[in-house]
Amino acid sequence: MSLLKIRNLSVTFATSTGPFRAVDKVDVDVDKGQILAIVGESGSGKSVSMLATMGLLPWTATVTADEMSFDGQDLRTLSGKARRRLIGNDLAMIFQEPMSSLNPCFSVGFQIREALRKHTSMDRKQRHARCVELFEMVGIPSPEQRLKAYPHQLSGGMNQRVMIAMAIACKPRLLIADEPTTALDVTIQAQILDLLTGLQKETGMGLILITHDMGVVAETAERVAVQYAGQKVEDQTVTDLFATPHHPYTAALLAALPERATEKHLPTIPGVVPGQHDRPVGCLFSPRCQFADDRCRAIEPPVQPDALGRALCHYPLNAPAEAQAQ
Amino acid sequence: MADTSAQTGRNVLRDGGTRPTRFRTFWNSFSENRGAVIGLWVFLAFLFVAVFAPLIAPYDPSAQFRDYALQPPVWQDGGAWAFPLGTDALGRDMLSRLIHGARFSFFVGIVVVVVAASGGIIIGLIAGFAPKWLDTLIMRLMDIILAFPSLLLALVLVAVLGPSLLNAMIAIALVLQPHYVRLTRASVLSERGKDYVTASRVAGAGQLRQMFITVLPNCLAPIIVQAALSFSTAILDAAALGFLGMGAQPPTPEWGTMLADAREFVLRAWWVVTFPGIAILVTVLAINLMGDGLRDALDPKLKRS
Amino acid sequence: MTAIIEARDLGRDYEVGGGLFSKPGIVRAVAETSFSVEAGRTLAVVGESGCGKSTLARLVTMIEEPTSGSFYLDGKEVTKDRWRELRSDIQIVFQDPYGSLNLRQKVGAILEEPLKINRPKMSAKERHEKGREMMRLVGLREEHYDRFPHMFSGGQRQRIAVARALMLEPKLLVLDEPVSALDLSIQSQILNLLNDLQERMNLAYLFISHDLSVVRHVADDILVMYLGRPVEFGPKDEIFEAPRHPYTKALISATPSADPANRRERIKLVGELPSPLAVPPGCPFAPRCWKTEEKCRAERPQLTGTPHPAACFFPEN
Repeated sequence: MSLLKIRNLSVTFATSTGPFRAVDKVDVDVDKGQILAIVGESGSGKSVSMLATMGLLPWTATVTADEMSFDGQDLRTLSGKARRRLIGNDLAMIFQEPMSSLNPCFSVGFQIREALRKHTSMDRKQRHARCVELFEMVGIPSPEQRLKAYPHQLSGGMNQRVMIAMAIACKPRLLIADEPTTALDVTIQAQILDLLTGLQKETGMGLILITHDMGVVAETAERVAVQYAGQKVEDQTVTDLFATPHHPYTAALLAALPERATEKHLPTIPGVVPGQHDRPVGCLFSPRCQFADDRCRAIEPPVQPDALGRALCHYPLNAPAEAQAQ
Repeated sequence: MADTSAQTGRNVLRDGGTRPTRFRTFWNSFSENRGAVIGLWVFLAFLFVAVFAPLIAPYDPSAQFRDYALQPPVWQDGGAWAFPLGTDALGRDMLSRLIHGARFSFFVGIVVVVVAASGGIIIGLIAGFAPKWLDTLIMRLMDIILAFPSLLLALVLVAVLGPSLLNAMIAIALVLQPHYVRLTRASVLSERGKDYVTASRVAGAGQLRQMFITVLPNCLAPIIVQAALSFSTAILDAAALGFLGMGAQPPTPEWGTMLADAREFVLRAWWVVTFPGIAILVTVLAINLMGDGLRDALDPKLKRS
Repeated sequence: MTAIIEARDLGRDYEVGGGLFSKPGIVRAVAETSFSVEAGRTLAVVGESGCGKSTLARLVTMIEEPTSGSFYLDGKEVTKDRWRELRSDIQIVFQDPYGSLNLRQKVGAILEEPLKINRPKMSAKERHEKGREMMRLVGLREEHYDRFPHMFSGGQRQRIAVARALMLEPKLLVLDEPVSALDLSIQSQILNLLNDLQERMNLAYLFISHDLSVVRHVADDILVMYLGRPVEFGPKDEIFEAPRHPYTKALISATPSADPANRRERIKLVGELPSPLAVPPGCPFAPRCWKTEEKCRAERPQLTGTPHPAACFFPEN
């Protein structure tokens, strides 16, 4: 049974120039102990769908879903109080900018102790001991001293470790990491990714990794969901995705990676991601797709079966013969 | 329910073909604030009255109808349509005086804002680009001006220059200037660090070009908002100075001066004080509402998502 | 073939802090950096934040004066009094296409500004024609000449920024992380554009980046920097195939590769960049290096050795 199960999630923002569909009929499934990567470019709605799950969107957003459950609990009907108990306890999230995710007015130790005080029944001593233990887990040297430090006294990598420590403080069953390493240097990124996957193996929690970096996906994820312009266009295991992408967008994206290039001139995807005012009819990728025909430009594509990576496409690529016959 | 709304939303998305122009986006976020729109209309009405005062006003503002002194407004006993808002102690028509008063208030607002803003912007730009010692010198000087209660400082200045509407305007402009200096300097400093300014330096732009052509247009949004808000402050301060006898001198139909003239009749003839007071109140309120709307629309830091 | 730019022991110090009573600290943002770039070639400067690569860009583009060392453009030494005449030979493209264009200027005005300043004799019509030609060259539609930057997407804005940099027909283009802020699908378009322009105009590129997968694609030579100093300098293939400095090796190993079948053991670096105010006396990389010995902490290694120079006492290859 999946830990997080979302069916047909849509998020629409009311903006001053009319409604904007940021997430369009997205399904998400994460099992216990699984690492799912959600990958997409800016404007693909990858962060918004997770913020909607956490109930962290502003009032201008309208969220609709057929199903949205965490471990059997329906997230849509949850009261504010029950939701707050769930979030931080069983469901935790870390963000891209570690510096601005921490309150600069309080020491990092105080902030973690507060989180523990809210969600557990530990006394002062136990809380402190747990803080030290957490800091050791996330690899912060001399934890006793670092607990007294303020966010501005620590580097970006250290702050991200603190954020992770805070997120795992109450032993969550699902951790959502929204571009956790984008603001960090490569050598620090490697450390943080190792830390996240290590913790995930150790505790058996589910991990959703939101990223735009194909390299990060390839090195850490087990399953990958590719999003484009608010829709999920493909969903496969990581090895299959990189070997046999089924959606033309995924294929084009992989081909555009400089490290996969075979010649100096890179294959490109013409055009840009559609915005609020130029959403095409039919398949959203059709204006940029080299395989698109009139059908793609008129009719919304169906979701293909699992064998074809659930590609949202009329003509999936790399289709085995028997799948095509269906 | 949610489904249908999503459906209509979809159609709108498909129909909206082009990106909105800059003015369109400005107007959209401005008109979201209903108070601002009302304020704008009132301000436009005020502007119309000020421009066409001689055509609209039924009488000359200083014409005295001695036989009708202190006549109440039309809806009260003893009122007549000849003087819809009544007359003052010298038998002058209140409505005509108020209409002409709008001219003075508008004039005061415009002159003060133009003088204060242009001076403030130039000093602020210099402070933002100057070496540290000059910057510190300018800013400390502005701090000193800001340390005085503004009306008191204006009073002192008028006392030195002599009471007249022109001197009152100069005094108010001087008092308002530091706000523009600080605002301009702050946005210049934040803009200067941006890449496009560096790019113009790499292209070889000199200091003057950077100041006025590259940076200044990007600092204008908060300055425009400040200009709208200080327009109302100027009107209010001019009225206050007029009331204290340090601004426009009688028989000028300036609202503050009118209030001062009517002081002794407060108990006998309510209309001679109430109407100028309401005129000041409505104008200042309208401009402030409009200024809030402008800030919502122009200042991206406060913009709602 | 002569070098377009040649830098010798370039350095830049900054004074930081230092109030009324405290002595200011000195940060050596860049120190003892030498390199040269020839026409039609790309030198990539690689390193993490705080390694001095952006300061290097500011020195080379004459935004700031070096505090030590010197550099030569086409054989002419660049000093502050010659900035005006030499400036048009070096232009820059920034990382963030949203911050690098003046939002109050039309695209046309943005493109014509460098000409207006540096070619006062040019007529308005000539300027106009040159601007339009440049728009065609970078793959933008000429009809968009009178539009404001906010009407363009990130990739198009970066094209405008490239066009502006090329208006003065520079010999060297400094590219400060030109594709880091762009989406993957746009990134390849800009990289192709830069490649085409280089071939067509025989431009020299100083390509500053932290992304090794992009650098591997575009560079001819690579200069690896750590805490303001070059630690390794050599041809691209040698650097990637046989890195000599342990830091270069760690950097390559830490860069994630888009191949799930190739999940390899990464070199784990301990610790983080030391504060630039308190750089260790010996090798700056010593506190994080797995090969550190007594000598590394006491003495700073020089950039020497074959087949290409590296600043390490115990090089890898």
